Amino acid sequence: MAEPFDLRFKHLRSRTPEKPNKELAPDQHSLELAPLKDEPGKGSRFSRRSFLSGLGATGLLASAAPLVQAAPASVTEAADVAGGAGTGTVTLRVNGKDHTLRGLDIRATLLDTLRERIHLTGTKKGCDHGQCGACTVHVNGRRVNSCLSFAVMHEGDEITTIEGLGKPGNLHPMQAAFVEHDGYQCGYCTSGQIMSAVALLKEPIGPGDEDIKHAMAGNICRCGAYTNIVAAVREVRARA
Amino acid sequence: MQTFEYIKATTVDKALAGANGGKFIAGGTTLVDLMKLSVEQPSGLVDINLLPLDKIEALPNGGLRIGALVRNSDLAWHPEVQKSYAVLSQAILSGASPQLRNMATTGGNLLQRTRCAYFREPNAGTPGGYGCNKRTPGTGCAALDGFHRMHAVLGTSEHCIATHPSDMCVAMAALEATVLVEGRKGKRTIAFADFHKVPGETPHVENALEPGELVTYVDLPKPVEGSRSVYLKLRDRASYEFALASAAVVAKVEGGRIRYIRVAMGGVGTKPWRSHEAEASLMRKAVDAAHFREAAEVALAAAHPRTDNAFKVELAKRCVVRTLKMATA
Repeated sequence: MAEPFDLRFKHLRSRTPEKPNKELAPDQHSLELAPLKDEPGKGSRFSRRSFLSGLGATGLLASAAPLVQAAPASVTEAADVAGGAGTGTVTLRVNGKDHTLRGLDIRATLLDTLRERIHLTGTKKGCDHGQCGACTVHVNGRRVNSCLSFAVMHEGDEITTIEGLGKPGNLHPMQAAFVEHDGYQCGYCTSGQIMSAVALLKEPIGPGDEDIKHAMAGNICRCGAYTNIVAAVREVRARA
Repeated sequence: MQTFEYIKATTVDKALAGANGGKFIAGGTTLVDLMKLSVEQPSGLVDINLLPLDKIEALPNGGLRIGALVRNSDLAWHPEVQKSYAVLSQAILSGASPQLRNMATTGGNLLQRTRCAYFREPNAGTPGGYGCNKRTPGTGCAALDGFHRMHAVLGTSEHCIATHPSDMCVAMAALEATVLVEGRKGKRTIAFADFHKVPGETPHVENALEPGELVTYVDLPKPVEGSRSVYLKLRDRASYEFALASAAVVAKVEGGRIRYIRVAMGGVGTKPWRSHEAEASLMRKAVDAAHFREAAEVALAAAHPRTDNAFKVELAKRCVVRTLKMATA
């Protein structure tokens, strides 16, 4: 019988392609990849993101065989092609702007669509199973796990991501408080933490630190910045 | 993930007509998760989020009608639920995370599937995979002699020991809710106790829904005047974790004696576990720790623990005793 840990992580292994490019990040074998292009405001075409996206595209070709067998109609049309079985057209309203996405794989989660099609990569993919909170965004003003929702289900919804909260030089008070209180180390969970923290300001929770901790329980921080995160949220609540 | 047909339904009739062997999707918190793991492979999804089932309404009989699409957080924070059905509010708020509660619906929570790690294994129930009778009847149960610390001790069979994961359902069992469903053949109501099924020889049959039937509402009866209700959940972490043992109690005390009592347990059963035995043992008894312990003993008398989950028997007893104390204090 398998060891408990072996058992717990086996499903993760089985979702990884058999022979992945070793550099492939977990979210790089999604089906909808942007063509390689420069990031705005960056001089070199070899930014970190475009470099990784390139690897992803290569990795997709090398490892797509099992997926193609499972669902040929969806995989053969990775570009913007309207119609076709397994694809659809959806208009998503994100941060006040409409994005009409043609040929969107019906299986694309809201998370993957925000990152890979709309190129709002501030929202992060952690566990991809609704357990870590890195993918937290607001839908109609409420926080949700964008990894557990299909994008086609969100036509007409008002979606807000971390990019829609504030900008450098004009930060949302919660973003500023996270900076002030050092509410992160590696930063990977931070956009999800901040989206949750902003949402809880409108939720009917109690006034204490314990209430903040319970309200932030859906956002995991592996660096362990929890104390500073609570301090940031406490400060913004006090000012609200 | 296999591809699927996707349709949005705007009326219950259209949703029922579109079901056609596929599945209904609302919050998606269980279904999308399990589709990513290949546990669920629906040929089609009917998106029911636009159906007019998102209201909480007072019933003429003094009860409450909860639409199947009412989100868990809206139900938990509804003033009438907090006031008259506190056990339900507490149970919901003790489960999952705020994000998940914002997405998950009342109907979906009823149909939540087990967290058994073998059941969630993509290849379970297939040749070379772990045995799972819930996934593929006849392939065995890897949990019986495997990793089963979280598994059930009540309502188990030699075919399945998977725990029912819901907190909300434990409160609804204690509140004696009624589930309203609608199918192509019409509407019917199902008593909460009859909605979920113990595994027996058919662990793949988890509830009383017929194929294509849709949960439309859950009705709560009129609150028992003078009663108090409490939910207590014991788990490995302080929040965002499934129950090792939990208890929902609705109690009414008059003259120091118990005049009304409902007891249900979570985290220990293959379905939300109502204990008629504990209730019978407590009726008309004085509010007294010894009587509570007697009730806890009979509540767990039929427990069938295994190697790694034997601790749950004593934990559940203490959970019941503590919850009874809180509800009668």
